[in-house]
Amino acid sequence: MTNSWNDIKNADVILVMGGNAAEAHPCGFKWVTEAKSNNGAKLVVVDPRFTRSAAVADMYAPLRPGTDIAFLSGVMRYLLANNKIHADYVKAFTNASYIVKEGYGFQDGLFSGYDQARKAYTDRSGWDYEFDEQGMAKVDDTLQHPRCVLNLLKAHVERYTPEMVERICGTPKAKFLQVCELMATTANGERSMTSMYALGWTQHTTGAQNIRSMAMIQLLLGNMGVPGGGVNALRGHANVQGITDLALLSTSTPGYLVLPTDREPTYADYMKSRGFKPIRPGQTSFWQNYPKFFVSQQKAFFGAAATKDNDWAYEYLPKFDASYDTLKIVDMMAAGQMNGLFAQGLNILLAAPDKAKVQSGLAKLKWLVVIDPLETETARFWENHGEFHNANPKSIQTEVIQLPANAFAEDEGSFTNSSRVIQWHWKAADGPGESRSDIQIMSELFSRLRALYAKNGGAYPDPILKLTWNYTNPTNPDPAEVLKEINGYAIEDLPDPADANRVVLRAGQLLPAFAMMRDDGKTAGGCWIYTGVYTEAGNMAMRRDASDPTGKGVHANWGFAWPANRRVLYNRASADASGKPWSERKKYVWWNGTRWTGADVPDYAPTVAPERGVGPFIMNHEGTARLFSRAAMADGPFPEHYEPMDAYIANPLHPKVSTNPITRVFAADAKAFGTPDKFPIVATTYRLTEHFHYWTKSVHGNAVLQPELFVEIGERLAKAKGIKDTDWVEISSQRGTIKAKACVTKRLRPIMVDGKPCDVIGLPIHYGFIGLTRKGYATNVLTPPVGDISVNTPEYKAFLVDVKKTTAPAQPAVA
Amino acid sequence: MAVTRRQFMKVSAAGLAASSVGALGFAGAGDALAAGVRPFKLERATETRNTCPYCSVSCGVLIYSMGDKSKNAKSSIIHIEGDPDHPVSRGTLCPRGAAALDFVKSPLRLKYPMHRKPGSEKFERVTWDFALDRIATLMKDDRDKNFIAKNRDGVTVNRWLTTGFFGTSAQSNEAGYLVYKLARSTGILALENQARI
Repeated sequence: MTNSWNDIKNADVILVMGGNAAEAHPCGFKWVTEAKSNNGAKLVVVDPRFTRSAAVADMYAPLRPGTDIAFLSGVMRYLLANNKIHADYVKAFTNASYIVKEGYGFQDGLFSGYDQARKAYTDRSGWDYEFDEQGMAKVDDTLQHPRCVLNLLKAHVERYTPEMVERICGTPKAKFLQVCELMATTANGERSMTSMYALGWTQHTTGAQNIRSMAMIQLLLGNMGVPGGGVNALRGHANVQGITDLALLSTSTPGYLVLPTDREPTYADYMKSRGFKPIRPGQTSFWQNYPKFFVSQQKAFFGAAATKDNDWAYEYLPKFDASYDTLKIVDMMAAGQMNGLFAQGLNILLAAPDKAKVQSGLAKLKWLVVIDPLETETARFWENHGEFHNANPKSIQTEVIQLPANAFAEDEGSFTNSSRVIQWHWKAADGPGESRSDIQIMSELFSRLRALYAKNGGAYPDPILKLTWNYTNPTNPDPAEVLKEINGYAIEDLPDPADANRVVLRAGQLLPAFAMMRDDGKTAGGCWIYTGVYTEAGNMAMRRDASDPTGKGVHANWGFAWPANRRVLYNRASADASGKPWSERKKYVWWNGTRWTGADVPDYAPTVAPERGVGPFIMNHEGTARLFSRAAMADGPFPEHYEPMDAYIANPLHPKVSTNPITRVFAADAKAFGTPDKFPIVATTYRLTEHFHYWTKSVHGNAVLQPELFVEIGERLAKAKGIKDTDWVEISSQRGTIKAKACVTKRLRPIMVDGKPCDVIGLPIHYGFIGLTRKGYATNVLTPPVGDISVNTPEYKAFLVDVKKTTAPAQPAVA
Repeated sequence: MAVTRRQFMKVSAAGLAASSVGALGFAGAGDALAAGVRPFKLERATETRNTCPYCSVSCGVLIYSMGDKSKNAKSSIIHIEGDPDHPVSRGTLCPRGAAALDFVKSPLRLKYPMHRKPGSEKFERVTWDFALDRIATLMKDDRDKNFIAKNRDGVTVNRWLTTGFFGTSAQSNEAGYLVYKLARSTGILALENQARI
């Protein structure tokens, strides 16, 4: 989230689209209720299904799954065509006035630089600004230049008329325009709109661009950096934010630094390709500090073995030649290219798309290690569970080791919530039997592996032997000690830059802020954005002062929010160019004549006066936010509507480029996609209030509340197929077939797409062949093994199926 | 004097006799009522602050366990409820968090390391030492055989592609950081968590 759960109460308009907070995040949704009852806020829900969020909304608009970009681009067109943008904000704080190179173009669904043979944008040099001799981006403050970003954006979204939105999305034109009008009421600095989204936006082949579309709308409306605004990802697991921050992601290192690639053989190459120089006069371009964060991280990882002379142990880090994300890992497994796999608290057999592919991949592994508090299908993928999971143990040669892990109540440490707030939790009891904490399991394993390399040598043992693991108890470290390492500390005494005789921090002392990090090896810190969480004043994640002196939902002394305990990102943008709040109502951070002050930690250099013209978006080279994203996104500098890979219709905008033209399709999956002649119904998957992933089916209370897989089918489709409530239904896609009980509902109604009615069905995930619920088919038997090109999130939310009435499963359904 | 929330409730219950009920002229009835209030079963329990393990609202929870955490007393969790002091959740829990005790106590909790041999139809119980030594050996064998020190162009890449690691998004930051260190020091690139799926 750019803002926070509590901040939602400051909103005047709340858009829930690409998520269903009332059901998936019920206790966070209370801040929507708060905004509605105490701030007069209006709630808008856009969703294929009439969810419980929709049930309490002031306005509900349906749309076909996978068409969010068409809808949101239509909103942008409305705002621009009707001059409903926050003009001063757009002009001062975005790249609207920047002039784009002549080489940029867009035609028939393709941006410039596309290579038809390689199905890739091989030349993205045109996706950039024009630069002057000093390397500064050229701008036209009058916004008249035909190639300035604002005019290119206007031209790009011009095609998304309300009629086109209705044709693609199936959203009735009048409904769509009502939503546009309501959003437009926030284009003034007096009112703000927040956006709450989740996997309903990310899990598409256009996922990253869905979110960009919303970010662009929020910029046009001036809603970034203001209370009650922002683009807010409602994340899943209790610590999915923290684990993402700490980079259990194929190409990242902690704190959103990037692992080196093959094209960067040396540290100098690595830094060279990170040209973080400002491209507008006087800008901060905060990533100029990248070397400080990177070197400190290498010092935290490798201690004395990381020196200036060995480029801070640059060679110890693996270089990547491709993204080894979930889809790729499964593809490699299925191709027999993987020998070993760890599945730690992640039930990959059920969680990844195209279960048949995952199952075949697991069976080709030499060994599988499962670490989990619960029994999982992944650990028992070799067992035969009949039609729910057909396997022949004797033919499966995979060695499986299953390790019992502690649950949340049984260990100590910190979780980072969706608002980026790091909160400590304490241990209440030991786990059952011989179960151990993840910290202990990892540490015991590492100490054994290191001992083997120390004793017998082997392939490139250096990074393993030199990795810092100097915890007081190396086989079961105290989590506080680990958090201190993540926070960072001084390795040597740090002199005051202003007075060499003064020491600002003694060797061994914890860093109070990432501004203290250095690129000369005198500081260490595992994750720069977490610096400040554990200082000489103590463990800030343990703070429990719930007070909120300004009443804006800041709670600055509860836990610690990264970065720098900041609760709303980009908050300098809550004031105008001269540093004055846009309005009294939205007063948040402002210039008081000598420094930036307000309700929150300013996202800005605290004493830089507004006259200096430093933009609020300090992480960008420009200092402004990007309506045109240059070459930052793989699939285009502006979002464009592409059909899901299981395409329901030919894309009305450009039928020859119907789907995202650079989608990664593995050779093994060439025939994995369905067509509407065989599979004429659109399906989407979702989560139930009573269940969490594949976890709570093993929890009594939840298994009682939602005991069995079902499929939501609209009345029209049910009637056409002769299906009644609780009948068994067979659902098939190009990938496979499952059975589920029918839940005939008014929540899903056919929508008119491209002139004909489109039926949508809804399928919960959550079920499998192990648990306290009834046995059920894995919903991901049906979903396609393909993802978004920028971040490789699978397309679980929009695919094609057919349904028919069938008989009950032959197997006894008790798990 | 620090007054806990539970003590406060107790004082309030006792005060009932002297105040509102008493004011209505039912002083005797108030005494009887106060005497009839069953002592809270959580009164003697140890309260531990924690975070709901499910979604990223990260509601505050209070865990109540028997046992005072002394070295030789084994704690047993008897109740979990919302933490009313938490600024986001304000004491609320959804149907998932409200059943968190059932997760802790699930009959499907794993208790011992288990091993399934190739082609076998069952898991067999093993010791931690066996399991961890076995995993370390399997890792080392695979890494030593398949480690790629240089790519085809002779660039040092130091990667190990034949083993992957799906890390959990339910673990603490501290555990996750150790997973990162372990995985990357070995050269594993196939490192993922539940963020995308």
